[in-house]
Amino acid sequence: MDKYIGVPICEEDIKQLRAGDYVYLTGTVYTARDAAHKRMYETAVKGGELPLDLSGQVIYYMGPSPAREGRPIGSAGPTTAGRMDKYTPFFLKMGLKGMIGKGKRSDKVKKAIAEYGAVYFAAVGGAGALLSRSVKSSRVIAYDDLGTEAIRELRIEKFPVVVVVDSQGNDLYER
Amino acid sequence: MRTIRTSVITENIKDMCIEANHFLSEDMKERLVRAADNETSPLGKKILCQLKENLQIAGEDMIPICQDTGMAVVFMEIGQDVHLEGDFLEDAVNEGVRRGYTEGYLRKSVVKDPLLRENTKDNTPAVIYTEIVPGDKITITVAPKGFGSENMSRIFMLKPADGIEGVKEAVVSAVRDAGPNACPPMVVGVGIGGTFEKCALMAKRALTRPVDSPSSIPYVRELEKELLEMINKTGIGPAGLGGDSTAFAVNIETYPTHIAGLPVAVNICCHVNRHIIRVI
Ligand code: SF4
Repeated sequence: MDKYIGVPICEEDIKQLRAGDYVYLTGTVYTARDAAHKRMYETAVKGGELPLDLSGQVIYYMGPSPAREGRPIGSAGPTTAGRMDKYTPFFLKMGLKGMIGKGKRSDKVKKAIAEYGAVYFAAVGGAGALLSRSVKSSRVIAYDDLGTEAIRELRIEKFPVVVVVDSQGNDLYER
Repeated sequence: MRTIRTSVITENIKDMCIEANHFLSEDMKERLVRAADNETSPLGKKILCQLKENLQIAGEDMIPICQDTGMAVVFMEIGQDVHLEGDFLEDAVNEGVRRGYTEGYLRKSVVKDPLLRENTKDNTPAVIYTEIVPGDKITITVAPKGFGSENMSRIFMLKPADGIEGVKEAVVSAVRDAGPNACPPMVVGVGIGGTFEKCALMAKRALTRPVDSPSSIPYVRELEKELLEMINKTGIGPAGLGGDSTAFAVNIETYPTHIAGLPVAVNICCHVNRHIIRVI
């Protein structure tokens, strides 16, 4: 059954999501991929301040192609989540509640997802043109120098995803 | 002898980068449609229909099929009777890539140094291969390669005793490990034989062959067919979420090798298997 939920995501919604659920997300998410993760991590471990408060938020692992005039964004599909695994448990501990990407997560990440009650969604890889239609606005909020890897605040509407790892640690890919 | 201005090459490469990122070849589209028709998993079918819709939107709205518009891989078969006039060939190719990625609103995904990792901001340099062939024409292939699937590619230095069974095991294990990361349905390019680097290059080249053109060598053709069946039985399915459509094709290239070796390279590509060929 399809579900419709808001982002940032609340605890009740997280609890009722199960691996395999088809979900449409509406609200605000933040993009960050390899370089932004590295920089946020290095800032945080040194005790510095992050450009956004992660608690309760959802990160979309995505680096868009440039937007044509009059459009909010270019092609906007997910990148491989596993490359962020090194940093993910740390951010989950800081309060991150959701991630959108594609592909497998490490056992450590899955354990952390269960421990901190979070959720990992997959969007369809290679469907960036289609997914861009669910992105209503995009604004760079930090790390502009990273180009496509900058942190962007996205307003999304009925953005289609599938729950891959739920808050109990179930993994759809392992079924 | 025929003189070709390198500016013609630049212009073509620019257009080809843009075209490749918005339109797939007919053979790829046909496989996608067929997979969507035949998929038995409801979720798999839904995803394949989304991929069809995605392709349509990409072409109509001129928005790249995938946001990872790849690192540009360029193959050039240059006729030995061609005389090039103008810029140094490599510069001409890179200029085409620069213009294509800038003017075509394509993502700049290349870093200048693999460890220092500063973005070059124009997607150059391309990875360029040239080959001298008979004739007075230049055949250019532009194949932008995404790294979700590139990262899942593998090379195996097998022993001659491993034989054809060893090759099958290697290819299927690479596909299994790739799973959802490589954005299935995949196209699997395989190189068998040669040396370490030759077989990797053959695997890449195999991806530029149409998915409906089996090998001309009878036993290789059989192997391609059998491997495709084995891969589609893994159940990985569209987007790795389960189903029958894990790969559209397995394309194999072979080359003579050393008495002591059996190199096998598996270059995995996603369903956005982009390649454009032009002859000038
Ligand atoms: S693997 Fe292919 S389809 Fe997937 S994100 Fe990369 S380029 Fe796009």
